[in-house]
Amino acid sequence: MPLPFQLTRRTALAAGFGSVLLPASLSAQAPVQRPSELKIGVTTFLSGPASVFGVPGRNAAEMLAEEINREGGIGGVPVRLFFVDEAPGIDHLVGEFRRLVQNERVDVMFASISSGSCLACTPLGEELRKVTVLWDCGTQRIFEERRYQYAFRTQANATPEILAPLLYLMKTKPDFRTVAVLNQDYAWGRDSWEIWKTAMDALKPGTRVVAELFPRFGATDFSAEVTRLLALRPDVILSTSWGGELDTFIRQAAERRLFERSTFVLPLAESSLERVGRSLPAGHIVGSRGDHWHQHPRPANPQALQRFVENYRRRADAYPIYPTYHMAQAFSALRAAHAKAMQANGGNWPSDAQLAAAFPGLEFDSPTSRMRIREDGQGLEPQLIGTTVHTDRFPFAVMDKMVIFPPDLVTTPAGQNSVAWLRTLTPDMVNRVPDPISAAG
Amino acid sequence: MTLRRIELLLALLGAGALVLAAMTTPWLKFVLTIALAKGIAVLGIMLLLRAGQVSFGHALYVALGAYAVAFLAPVLPDAALLLPAAALTTAVVGTLIGLFVSRYREIFFGMLNLALSMVFYSMLEKFYHYTKGTDGIRVPPLTVAGLELDRVTHEWTIFGIALALALGFGAFARVYLASPMGQALTAIKTRETRLDFMGVSARSVLLAAYVLSATMAGCAGALIAMATRHVTPLLSYWTASGELVFIAILGGAGGVLGPFLGAVTYELVRVYAAATVADMWQMILGAVLLLVILFARGGIWGLLALRLQRRGAA
Repeated sequence: MPLPFQLTRRTALAAGFGSVLLPASLSAQAPVQRPSELKIGVTTFLSGPASVFGVPGRNAAEMLAEEINREGGIGGVPVRLFFVDEAPGIDHLVGEFRRLVQNERVDVMFASISSGSCLACTPLGEELRKVTVLWDCGTQRIFEERRYQYAFRTQANATPEILAPLLYLMKTKPDFRTVAVLNQDYAWGRDSWEIWKTAMDALKPGTRVVAELFPRFGATDFSAEVTRLLALRPDVILSTSWGGELDTFIRQAAERRLFERSTFVLPLAESSLERVGRSLPAGHIVGSRGDHWHQHPRPANPQALQRFVENYRRRADAYPIYPTYHMAQAFSALRAAHAKAMQANGGNWPSDAQLAAAFPGLEFDSPTSRMRIREDGQGLEPQLIGTTVHTDRFPFAVMDKMVIFPPDLVTTPAGQNSVAWLRTLTPDMVNRVPDPISAAG
Repeated sequence: MTLRRIELLLALLGAGALVLAAMTTPWLKFVLTIALAKGIAVLGIMLLLRAGQVSFGHALYVALGAYAVAFLAPVLPDAALLLPAAALTTAVVGTLIGLFVSRYREIFFGMLNLALSMVFYSMLEKFYHYTKGTDGIRVPPLTVAGLELDRVTHEWTIFGIALALALGFGAFARVYLASPMGQALTAIKTRETRLDFMGVSARSVLLAAYVLSATMAGCAGALIAMATRHVTPLLSYWTASGELVFIAILGGAGGVLGPFLGAVTYELVRVYAAATVADMWQMILGAVLLLVILFARGGIWGLLALRLQRRGAA
């Protein structure tokens, strides 16, 4: 069959020609014109189990974009959003990322809830020389394994999000001897347990791990696990699960009174509080992947937080949960970086490289505090951890005895590997934990 | 002109159209690379469909090819070596599994393949310290035949390789299906005992097709890994296998062009559906499949072939 072979060669030639004819680079160095709109690509989960975070994130993005546009936009230019669903997988996501950058010509990408998506998008953003704001994903691997010029994170990462609840537990209930873990069987469940275990071995050596349970991702029945935990009677049960699985686990554990035997540490439960209602009893430890809490005891700007919470409730008919705050942080950082880049550029519209240069060292307001982006691109975010309590004001458990961890205390120093850093911690670290604050009213 | 001639002409035209589309819209180049890769995998599934066997687990080989690239890339960072390595790996694994599954037919064949692919998925997810679990493995930048390429040239090269492989495998499948081995596949579908009476072993006929299809899927996986540069266990999840069968039905199993028509249509529909209504793309894809099942049972290729034949007759 000579013909098909000839045909492959011809197409190979055509492909070769294409590469010669094609402009080599997309980002021209000529002064940049002020565009008619500032386009933002947002990758988030719009379907699948993680849409419990993705859809609130999108709601928040739409709300914030409307607010920004009402106030005259960013640098006088209205913003426009493009959403991409992360659920179909990496090949689709990476294709959409390219489409948004190369075809829609977005000015900035807000990438990903899933850590896998972030790990795929960040190097791509770097190759395409497009500012990529990591708005929600947890993995600490990104900035610890490589340096990036165009990628920045406007929130913390898994290390402070897991270390803070552990320190809180050691401060408020120091007498525990046994721990059991029940995490979802996928990267986050495994990673977060590794962080907790490494830190616990350094901070409280001798603590016994009585069970490591990793039910499959998407499990709907935890009765076997609950039985085992009831029999083992661990002092502490850690679960970094989220979404439907956490809701189900809380309900099934509550029905069988597991909460009466053990103290639960649930670093992501802030996002489930409203959904599980009063099923979650008082006296258990809850975190929010940051200092996100609609009843934050000491917000930097109480009016701003209240406005954010009320506007979001009016729009989505639910209290904001951590992805909505993360989205607000991404927008706030973009605004601040843009203003800084424009100022540095003599009031002219910044290029991609100029915008990227504005992020390291940038300070910006989150709904609850003032944040900074470190030189390596990692955001420094405080962590708020509290103990659940039931009040008459809310039909669900809320947080009391809240500790706000300053980011410097719990974040891995720049240039260090998290697990290696956690091994160097010493038990006296607990003494540096701030005192708890009681909820007002 | 006969239909076989027209098929050849259409393949040429299609390849030209893809190159043109990739030249005019740079971002489409990536989408089309993925589409071509999936087309190659579906071509393998089509071979099995000829024998009336539906594999609900061929994502196993796609993921195997992709992970072979991801694991070997740090020691062997060249696309020209990784591609044969991935093909070889999948061929070997395909032979081992094929020896076993080629004893089974129909629902048992489909379900066994599905089960094995899910076993592989769980392994990728659970052997966390080797595979990095659901976060997946990043594929480092690759050279091609010793040449270091910049981003745009690299994308074109992978696209070129995908196109060349698609045409090569397409031509091969045409010859294969016309050969006695290919004809025997059709016989398995119609009446397997007849093969036995002729002294032909149905098992080895199916095994050969199975190994071929596994190799094609492995090459597809390697291409996907080289294009996306990040592999995750989702590649071997049952939905990924379902996607391949979906594309096979969409494109039609009547000719070797079917898988590629199906794959390009599938990827383009998904991209444009996602671009217009980001949270409704599943519904649009589902509607397209329903329409094909209800009104064009031979898939897109079936529609096309029917029209061409009518014109030929008139």
